[in-house]
Amino acid sequence: MTGLIIVLCVLMIGVIIVQVGRVSELAGRIRGNEEIQRDNNNMNGIISLVFMVVFLISTIVSAWYYKNSMLGYGPHESASLHGSTLDYIFNVTLFFTAIVFFITHIALFWFAYKYRGQKGRKAIFLSHDNRLELIWTIIPAVVMTFLVVGGLDAWNEVMADVGEGEEHIEIEATGMQFAWMMRYPGEDGLLGRKDYTLINSTNPLGMDWTDTKNHDDWVSTAAGEILKLPVGKKVRVRITSRDVLHNFDLPHFRVKMDAVPGLPTYFVFTPSMTTEEYRQNLGALKKNGEPKYPEWWEPSDPDEPDGPKRWEAFMFELACAELCGNGHYSMRRVVDIVSQEEFDMWAAGLQGYYDTTIKGTEEDPFNTSGGLSGLN
Amino acid sequence: MAEIAIKHKDDVLIEELGYDDHFHDHHHGDKYQSNFITHYIFSQDHKVIGKQFLITGIFWGIIGAAMSVIFRLQLGFPEDSIAWLQPFLGKWITINSEGIGSLNADFYYALVTMHGTILVFFVLTAGLSGTFSNILIPLQCGARDMASPLLNMFSYWFFFLAGAVMFASLFLSTGPFSGGWTAYPPLSILPQASSGSGAGMTLWALSLVFFVVSVLLGGINYITTVLNLRTKGMGMWRLPLTIWAFFITAIIALLSFPVLVSAFLLTICDRELGTSFFLSDIYIAGEALERVGGSPILFQHLFWFLGHPEVYIIILPAMGIVSEVLSVHSRKPIFGYKAMVFSILAIAFLSFIVWAHHMFMSGVNPFISNFFVVFTLIIAVPSAVKVFNWITTLYGGNIRFNSASLFGIGFVSMFISGGLTGIFLGNSAIDIQMHDTYFVVAHFHIVMGIAAFFGMFAGIYHWFPKMYGRFMNETLGKLHFWGTLVSAYAIFWPMHYMGIAGVPRRYYSFETFDAFSHFDDLNKFITIFAILSFALQLLFVVNFFYSIWKGKKMTTRNPWGANTLEWTTPINTGHGNWPGKIPTVQRWAYDYGKDGIEFTTQITPLREGEEEVH
Ligand code: HEM
Ligand SMILES: [Cu+2]
Ligand SMILES: [Cu+2]
Repeated sequence: MTGLIIVLCVLMIGVIIVQVGRVSELAGRIRGNEEIQRDNNNMNGIISLVFMVVFLISTIVSAWYYKNSMLGYGPHESASLHGSTLDYIFNVTLFFTAIVFFITHIALFWFAYKYRGQKGRKAIFLSHDNRLELIWTIIPAVVMTFLVVGGLDAWNEVMADVGEGEEHIEIEATGMQFAWMMRYPGEDGLLGRKDYTLINSTNPLGMDWTDTKNHDDWVSTAAGEILKLPVGKKVRVRITSRDVLHNFDLPHFRVKMDAVPGLPTYFVFTPSMTTEEYRQNLGALKKNGEPKYPEWWEPSDPDEPDGPKRWEAFMFELACAELCGNGHYSMRRVVDIVSQEEFDMWAAGLQGYYDTTIKGTEEDPFNTSGGLSGLN
Repeated sequence: MAEIAIKHKDDVLIEELGYDDHFHDHHHGDKYQSNFITHYIFSQDHKVIGKQFLITGIFWGIIGAAMSVIFRLQLGFPEDSIAWLQPFLGKWITINSEGIGSLNADFYYALVTMHGTILVFFVLTAGLSGTFSNILIPLQCGARDMASPLLNMFSYWFFFLAGAVMFASLFLSTGPFSGGWTAYPPLSILPQASSGSGAGMTLWALSLVFFVVSVLLGGINYITTVLNLRTKGMGMWRLPLTIWAFFITAIIALLSFPVLVSAFLLTICDRELGTSFFLSDIYIAGEALERVGGSPILFQHLFWFLGHPEVYIIILPAMGIVSEVLSVHSRKPIFGYKAMVFSILAIAFLSFIVWAHHMFMSGVNPFISNFFVVFTLIIAVPSAVKVFNWITTLYGGNIRFNSASLFGIGFVSMFISGGLTGIFLGNSAIDIQMHDTYFVVAHFHIVMGIAAFFGMFAGIYHWFPKMYGRFMNETLGKLHFWGTLVSAYAIFWPMHYMGIAGVPRRYYSFETFDAFSHFDDLNKFITIFAILSFALQLLFVVNFFYSIWKGKKMTTRNPWGANTLEWTTPINTGHGNWPGKIPTVQRWAYDYGKDGIEFTTQITPLREGEEEVH
């Protein structure tokens, strides 16, 4: 019923608008087209100007309003070392593009207003001006060069693989519909061999158990399990997929890389803040004791007003950023950055998947207690 | 009327200086118009074919836009029930235990995919370049028709066929294709991965193959016509910028679309014949597929080798139209004609060597990206030149504000806003963070979606009198413009903020992640403006069809005081375009305000002592 009323109202409004259109056209016939056109020019010239002012102001005001929700601004410093460089390049680009944005928009709408058609005005004849055109070819070219050089410098550094013998931890992320499976290398620090033909329900990654490097690898498939990483240590994530494309996306760390079946990719980054430090930023107080970012002081669960505040409950998140099917939006995992000591303690408690699930079963090629060998 | 009593001065000029090709001695001109079917349906007249492209484009525009309203309702108001859509959408609405109806996730992705495909290919390629290349190339070049009217007719009917197949796919029980308009494998190849990748994908690929045939038949014709059928005196440097834009667009299309077909053929082989061009090491639905050695990234190379030129196939015609419209209505020559032509050429060339900027984070060797960053950011230079030249075209003018010129001005604003965000994305270092977020969505909707639509609207309002002998209603047109300008910015500008906050695109719901769920109000705001904008486009459609039959009649041939040849034809332009001789061209297209004369048509000989400018 309400639906019908809405439809009727919309139709009514439509009819009224169309009628207004017709009436104004009739008026035009009475008053003469030239005069109408001049009125039009005046009115639309003024609207152009008003639009320009309102538009430019809203761009600034809205950006200011949302500044604390955007990464790189307000409390959202990058949580990785390279991320701050990228944020800096973003801001430099923003600076230059904002200048161009404002100058061109002011010129565009100001000229539209200033040179609106009027009685007795004659357009000037200006077909080209080589000097002017040269200037506005060269200036963008110079600015672009500057941006490209800065950008590529950072890019090549960020995307470089870890050097030979450089200290780092290597972990592995495997995308599947619709979850991220993670693998930590265990005590030996090495990830064992995988083969997708070995995948089955007990071996979700297709680890080759004849490779003993696999035996201490910790596998985490439950989306609820928290992934810890030490602060200040280089992490190389080996990124793979076992079905379709996914994208390993850690927005707070400015990390993003496709997971491609059959073609392992990687991303190297160094967490620069623990989760706790990041939370302190979010929950910071001003000198007068008031919260700096009030929105982060709301309860994290609206049904529990006395529960933890949003800043207290904050967690880094791992997402998927490449369309992978109908559950694409739900591949969430939680990442916790901790001190080295805490990490070591946590890691010491992790048990190899082989030990917990495979050892002594039919799948185990080293199963000597009779029965079938997985390898024959 | 006056037309008959005294001879129109254009006719006098044409008779005096025109070129007699004995067109009407052969009577083949009227053969095609003999009955209703050959005139309106299987027409070979470029003007009718152009209108067919336009009206089919409008049809698809309404469908594609309605789809976006439906999925925006889901994004903006996920908690509200859309059970009332069930009569249309049937099983694609799931109603939960509390009676709240929401869009099925599979169907959400199908709608997003169809929306993208329809708008990019059917509306902004066929509906824009198809319409205006057809109508304007022969008229503005001074030709009787296209080089091959028959192929031209086929071009439309292949487009129609493509549309029919795509339309049929909407009603499949497994749903239409849902893997995104970019159709990345393996998702698009494996029906196990997504229900839309079954029959939906088969029809999608088939439809687009037909579509490419249409583009190629049209393109060959446009190129040949521009090269061979220009009238006497119409040197390349006297062509209006519209024709330059359509001409270069057709060349780009001819070089890039076949590569898309090759990508689709390999996809079809992978789907139907068990080959592994794009597949390797896949375990899905409890089974390890025996498909190794292929690479999903190869598909992306092939796709974007078309995909990036495609965005320029969409925008160049709009640029050409806007250049013409702004010049005519500000009563000034386009500023820097030659620079405009060279920048079109530069953009066209560069558009072929930047494709991998869509693939910075796809796993290609990061070293390769260096080249693509450099080429990509070089494109910003000719783009900037064009913007400055449009703005300077307004400078010192005597601007006639009407719906056409307003949309032209709006185009420039959109192109600036969206082009500038391209500079962020083209810099691979920044793209690490921005790739596949709403920042990209904002970028391409503003620079391509809205800007191209504005160019198209400018063209429709400007050439409507030429097409139908009547004017569109100006009051409604201006309402359409200002309303759309405001709502388009209200929809897409805030998406930058979501993108900078890291919100990924193509998310059915933002609630799963704490980091992405703070934009409820913004999403509502966007959805409300999307609905408003949709209503405004319906207003345009009403205006369009109303004006075809009831609009104000055109009483003079050249209502805008324009210089180009199409306005020297009679008001009701028949087949063959000019009733007698073909006009010959005496000067370039932009003598507005020269020597104090408001405008001088291209068929007017140079005055004594006058020099031609460029
Ligand atoms: C200043 C010039 C431009 C630059 C530097 C630029 C750069 C880029 C880059 C790097 C991307 C990829 C972003 C990503 O996926 O991470 C992109 C996406 C896109 N651009 Fe542009 N662009 C420019 C102008 C244009 C123009 C003029 C159009 C169309 C008329 C356009 C249409 C698109 C489209 C459609 C996409 C997204 C495709 C998709 O992923 O679905 N861009 N642009
Ligand atoms: Cu995904
Ligand atoms: Cu591109």
